[in-house]
Amino acid sequence: MNRLPVKKTYKLFIGGAFPRSESGRTYEAEGQNVALGSRKDARDAVRAARSAQPGWGSATAYNRGQVLYRVAEMVEARATEFADLCSGREEVERSIDRIVWYAGWADKLSQVLGGSNPVAGPYFNFTIPEPTGVVAVLAPDEPPLLGIVTRLMPPLVGGNAVVVVASETRPLAAIELAEAIATSDVPGGVVNILTGHRSEIAPHLAAHMDVNAIDLCGAGGYSTELEVSGAENVKRIVRGRADVQSPWEIASFLELKTIWHPIGQ
Amino acid sequence: MAQAPALPTGFELPLEPRLPRIGSVDAVSLEERAASLAKRSIKKDSKVFALELAIRCMDLTTLEGSDTPGKISALCSKAVRPDPSNPNVPSVAAICVYENLVPTCVERLKGTGVHIAAVATGFPSGQYPTDLKVADARRAVELGADEVDMVIDRGAFLSGRYAKVYDEIVQVKEAVGSAHLKVILETGELGTYDNVRRASLLAMAAGADFIKTSTGKIPSAATLPVSLCMLEAVRDVYEETGRAVGFKAAGGVRVAKNAIQHLVLVHETLGPDWLTPDRYRIGASSLLNDILMQLRKEKTGRYQSPDYFTLD
Repeated sequence: MNRLPVKKTYKLFIGGAFPRSESGRTYEAEGQNVALGSRKDARDAVRAARSAQPGWGSATAYNRGQVLYRVAEMVEARATEFADLCSGREEVERSIDRIVWYAGWADKLSQVLGGSNPVAGPYFNFTIPEPTGVVAVLAPDEPPLLGIVTRLMPPLVGGNAVVVVASETRPLAAIELAEAIATSDVPGGVVNILTGHRSEIAPHLAAHMDVNAIDLCGAGGYSTELEVSGAENVKRIVRGRADVQSPWEIASFLELKTIWHPIGQ
Repeated sequence: MAQAPALPTGFELPLEPRLPRIGSVDAVSLEERAASLAKRSIKKDSKVFALELAIRCMDLTTLEGSDTPGKISALCSKAVRPDPSNPNVPSVAAICVYENLVPTCVERLKGTGVHIAAVATGFPSGQYPTDLKVADARRAVELGADEVDMVIDRGAFLSGRYAKVYDEIVQVKEAVGSAHLKVILETGELGTYDNVRRASLLAMAAGADFIKTSTGKIPSAATLPVSLCMLEAVRDVYEETGRAVGFKAAGGVRVAKNAIQHLVLVHETLGPDWLTPDRYRIGASSLLNDILMQLRKEKTGRYQSPDYFTLD
């Protein structure tokens, strides 16, 4: 007798769990019914991110690197499924390599971006990078997997908690990625992934007083309004590119703290 | 024994043989009704009204060993003007502190209309000799408190010595004179809804001006079903005797949504007459900030961050 396969329900990823949208709505994308997230889902995601961020930000750099490397392992294990949801095997491999590349930066950031500064006076003066806090990311539509990986990893490796709005037209790779992240060791709430209409969710994230930075990569024509809205709490506005790999991408979501320390006798 | 006020019929002395037979609360339907009332959707203008009402009915509370006069002064300022950027936000009903900090409140709240409530009678355990408890309550009033929150002796109540609990309330009521007496039942320690109803009736019979759910010192506090159980006891006493006793939900109410659910419960059980600071209070500390954030969200349309609100 033939077995009836279990069909997957595509849901949101908030606080380490996979809830349906609080609104109960769905929309059709890539031939599947996908959760249509609301502003209240965005609010819940920011709340989850805010409560998870201190733990993630204060984890040792080595530990963060290990956890992110584990994400790469989990994506590798699902490589075949991912290949069906993006342009193919090559995109999956580039995505995995990119995760590993960024994971390696976790314990090198403070040496490269921080340092001790020469000052004229009896002080040690040094600079250390710190996470910005809660970062909202509007993921690009193309490439569907590499795009979200490219925009997600830089804030994540720096110790931020992230709320991603997945591509509206190509959300399946993002949901698959959420499942890989959920089975790695990333603490619940550090990564949250919403699906739905970008035009509905993004304005609330841009206006949200508890979001410290927003990456407008996938914003299309909305960016001017979002930037104006984000100015209210002086959000860090990042206009990210969909396929780029550089430590300066990480630096976009870091605050540099400079300390003057008197030299004793 | 001191003279008790008029008792509702059915609650005449001696209470001891009667109280065990009072009640028998239907726990399933109580919880079901509380849960169904909690589902009401209160939005937009109604929400703003409810949030402002919750502030007007709030006892802004701090009951920590680490409370200092400086912290209390800051809290008093916040009680009078909760949101400095918005003068339309009303003052809270009262500030609720330990006795030692009452003089600071008196100084800071003079002429503002914000009441001063002190916890007394061996708060939070109530496990002290009666004479000390009475003296404690009297001292609170002498220091300037116009509301006294007393705890009942749960040890006595649970072992069936209802008369001791009753006598203590009567004596404390006499000691505090015209000050408002709120009687804390600490429902989380009473075990059953039957006991909660029994203790509520006992406290009202003994002369409580308010009955209050909890000290806020144990995890299980002002849950919706417990509040409903106590509100129904208040309603029954009012319907039988015409005596209006107030109700205070305290402990565990931390978010605006939960506060609104409590207001719905009061409105549905006792009606709008009880939705005033004279008959209803919410005891809380962190709730106020959440309400202020919600109010500002309604005003600006932006979700708010705790970064922009004072900590204490």
